[in-house]
Amino acid sequence: MTQATSKKVSHTTVTIDARGPRFSAAITVVVLSIALITNSIWVLAFQALVFGIGALRGPQFTPYSVIFRKFVRPRLKGEVPTEDVRPPKFAQTVGLVFALVGIAGLAISAPIIFTIATSAALAAAFLNAAFNYCLGCEIYLLLLRLR
Amino acid sequence: MKSFAPIVIVLALASAYGFWYQRSRGKIRVAHTAADSALNAAILGEPLGSRATLVQFSSAFCTPCRATRTLLESVVAEMSDVRHVDIDAEEHLDLVRKLDIRSTPTTLILNSQGVEVGRAVGAPKRDQVLTALAALR
Repeated sequence: MTQATSKKVSHTTVTIDARGPRFSAAITVVVLSIALITNSIWVLAFQALVFGIGALRGPQFTPYSVIFRKFVRPRLKGEVPTEDVRPPKFAQTVGLVFALVGIAGLAISAPIIFTIATSAALAAAFLNAAFNYCLGCEIYLLLLRLR
Repeated sequence: MKSFAPIVIVLALASAYGFWYQRSRGKIRVAHTAADSALNAAILGEPLGSRATLVQFSSAFCTPCRATRTLLESVVAEMSDVRHVDIDAEEHLDLVRKLDIRSTPTTLILNSQGVEVGRAVGAPKRDQVLTALAALR
């Protein structure tokens, strides 16, 4: 990550429709719920793929975001709220880590790891969808402080 | 094997946390800081306001930081004796640890001496900021 100056936070960043990540989080809640209820490694693997696209390319390139742009956004009225792409991209990265840990858990026959990791990702997605929770705001600084 | 127990527990706990999160974010809490732990221009890298200073801590992965910056800039624009200082938390981790900043945005309200008298975690509300500033002489 590069900052333009030492004191001010850089302002020159890509911005996206802020409603997109929140809609995507709602779909993520449904998919992770199915994974958790059915203990399915394949459902979690699909979500890991989606998290991977969001984490590496950006949250505006996931299949959920395509659904949002094609079917949801044309029906929304009012001013378009924008947000910096980096916070939702960070959240997708955290989701990817949890999903990969969950997949590894089932792969090594430790279903409790699958349940805990999937639950953590589900909680974060649910908080984002229902309460507009900002994961990066809450955990990034704590992670930095551990250094 | 299908089980609904984990999802029920997760959604119940997340909902409880979510309601607390929404209620607590942005609320200005009164701080009782010792006068000898006052902040100054040398620590912040920018001069203090003669009556008050709003010190905002921001980070890259923070959506409400931008709205907070816009709000606080517009508040101080009408007050010549109050300054807004926006600090990148990542670049000032020693200060972040010393002041126990845990999330962004966090806004400190400093009096004329640089002593913290209030703190808002999350995007603050305009009327609450104005009320807190009105109490400072």
